[in-house]
Amino acid sequence: MSLLEVSGLSIRFGATEAVSNVSFSLERGERFGIIGESGSGKTLTALAVTGLLPEGAAMTGSISLDGASLPASERAMARLRGKRVGMVFQEPMTALNPLMRVNDQIEESIRLNEMHGATQIEVPYLLKEVGLELRHGDRFPHQLSGGQRQRVMIAMALASRPDILIADEPTSALDLITQRKVLDLIADICTRRQMALLFISHDLKAVAALCNRVAVMHRGRLVETGRAAATFSAPQQPYTQRLVAASRFDVRPPSRPAIGDTLLEVNGITRDYRQGGMLFWADKPLRAVNAVGFSIASAECLALVGPSGCGKTTLAKIIVGLDKATTGDVRLAGTTYHGSDLPQPLRRDVSLVFQDPFGSFNPRRTIADSVGEPLRLEPELSREARQARVVEAVEAVGLNAGMLARYPHEFSGGQRQRLAIARALVTRPKLVVLDEPVSALDVSVRGEVLALLARLQADFGLTYLIISHDLDMVRAMADRVLVMDAGRIVEEGKPAQIFAEPQHRLTRDLMAARLPDVGMAPA
Amino acid sequence: MKRLLSHPSLVIGLAATLVFLALGLLSLAWTPYPIEQIDIPRRYLAPSAAHWLGTDNLGRDMLSLVMAGTWTSFLVAAVAVAIGVGVGVPLGLAAAAWGGAVEWLVLRLTDFVFAFPAVIVAILITTLLGPSAVNAIIAIGIFNIPVFARVARGGALSIATLDFVAAGRLAGLGNVLIAWRHLLPNIMSLIIVQGTIQMSLGILAEAGLSYIGLGTQPPETSLGLMLREAQQVFLIHPWLTLVPGLSIVLIVIALNIAGDGLRDAIDPRLRQGNSNVLA
Repeated sequence: MSLLEVSGLSIRFGATEAVSNVSFSLERGERFGIIGESGSGKTLTALAVTGLLPEGAAMTGSISLDGASLPASERAMARLRGKRVGMVFQEPMTALNPLMRVNDQIEESIRLNEMHGATQIEVPYLLKEVGLELRHGDRFPHQLSGGQRQRVMIAMALASRPDILIADEPTSALDLITQRKVLDLIADICTRRQMALLFISHDLKAVAALCNRVAVMHRGRLVETGRAAATFSAPQQPYTQRLVAASRFDVRPPSRPAIGDTLLEVNGITRDYRQGGMLFWADKPLRAVNAVGFSIASAECLALVGPSGCGKTTLAKIIVGLDKATTGDVRLAGTTYHGSDLPQPLRRDVSLVFQDPFGSFNPRRTIADSVGEPLRLEPELSREARQARVVEAVEAVGLNAGMLARYPHEFSGGQRQRLAIARALVTRPKLVVLDEPVSALDVSVRGEVLALLARLQADFGLTYLIISHDLDMVRAMADRVLVMDAGRIVEEGKPAQIFAEPQHRLTRDLMAARLPDVGMAPA
Repeated sequence: MKRLLSHPSLVIGLAATLVFLALGLLSLAWTPYPIEQIDIPRRYLAPSAAHWLGTDNLGRDMLSLVMAGTWTSFLVAAVAVAIGVGVGVPLGLAAAAWGGAVEWLVLRLTDFVFAFPAVIVAILITTLLGPSAVNAIIAIGIFNIPVFARVARGGALSIATLDFVAAGRLAGLGNVLIAWRHLLPNIMSLIIVQGTIQMSLGILAEAGLSYIGLGTQPPETSLGLMLREAQQVFLIHPWLTLVPGLSIVLIVIALNIAGDGLRDAIDPRLRQGNSNVLA
């Protein structure tokens, strides 16, 4: 008998069916992954298993745990959740109570379990099991890093010694190195405790690394189920095939203009942020960027890689003229500037594509208005010329001009990112800075957007500065890689060289944290 | 529009407000009796077919007075809100768009004005200019400025961190254009909601100022002034205080319900619906 049996599960919100006819089963000690893009219904499926569906959702079908179907009463369901099902959520900061110390929160979840032991013994044991030290228990959630918070969440989920651990995108808010550590921890604990895992993610590699069986969800339906290795190496359904193909980036266009002379030079940029304190007795300033220098040749694609908080976005802001360097300067095509004093005539030559496609358009303005906004930098253009430029840019990113009168909410994430690229190209810039251009997008559109970027580079001879923590994307796109840590550039080289022989400690950690490619024959 | 009308509290509040507003507007063109017509022989009449709400101590028709008073109240509150929006919102937007010293200055200015209750401002203005409805408008308007400055700054600060504002700066927009194109359209709903709330507070404040003799002066009338004139005979003719008093209460309740409904309808943070749980 299966531990968890879901059959014919459908979830409706009014007239729209969010999940339809999903069936799967989970054996004891098995690690089962559900893969799907945003809106595929994977989270709702997990919520249905825990009986935590939002109000207004109507569920049909049956879910049974150990052969007994889930109790209807909220009280009994809560007791069941406390005892048999542990949950780990996506964003650990909002899932922890900011006013309670870590020890107390873990203690609470032990106490809610009826057959609890002595909390004084259990709490240190749990902390140790998730790889935290005793002193972390006395801290508040805001005093921990993202990875440590996620460990606390796991400790709380383990407190009731559950049979099933449900993890909903537990690592998507973490950076690469931390992600790998948390995934390893989950795998470890499941093996040790003989616990079943229901792992929900959009990241094929994370699922492939962690699970033995997977299910692929698409628009509320279960498209494919099978052993992880078999599903990824020989996907049966066209959707799964597309997904697996998209997770490998293979975007180099056949022909590209040759790399030319130096376009941009960064000389000893340092950026200090004043923090706290009063006017005269301020605390020691926070140095976000520390004496960074490099250069980009025209038509080159340079990647800047580093963990979150290493100063890469600050550096990008200085280069495009949104922030000002404390010392040091930037030289673009013979003109020297320090950041926000970038002269107006030069602004059209650099542009920035933002990470989040949802925040990068004003919801109250039409697409034509937003995309055409940078054309203010070219006041000599006539009305018709402006219109023509906007149409040209939108068509260059593969959308049609008929969409221009619409508003941002009518577009999907991938389309918005295309439009953001169109806005960056509308002034025909020389240098485009891409700040994590695909990390907020679904896997299946990432490949498309990267291929688009590569094609645009070939067509227009653009120079790219890509900022990312995604090494596979960097390997596919970049000619040269800079590795940044704590405000400094610690390593530089061709991607092949850096990937083969990482020198610096951070680079080595980054390489070690990479998850194996999916669908490859195990080496 | 359909979404707006699906909020029952908004519909009820708005309908009640519009009824009072229509009464007030009507008083400009026509009242059952002229409000300055004093007729001592018919004073203190009970409600009758000729005088629906009776007459006051000078024999004036109460219904006509209530209609005219409602109009004064609305006018004073609306102009005061307009002053508050007109001065406060640009100040708040400037604070959010420029930051630094400008923000500090705006915040200290709002602190400074907040420290004085509207009554103190009204007394000051009355001492300088003499009591009148215009002075009540100025006093309440000054009191409204920091409220709108704070609301506009708070809303704009959360918008200003979004990427499209940075994109605007990259496109060479100055602070004025950033505020006008990107910040203002996105905080309009906040300002509209705050406007209805300040409207009801303004009506209360006008009534209060007129009641203590610093607002509207006879032969003009307002609801607060009617209360003031009726209080001397409260024990003998309680009806005369009940009519304007109840009118104030009803208008303020109607505006508050409408404001709450409006906030539910247009504030996305409170909007019902589970559009984001499908992830």
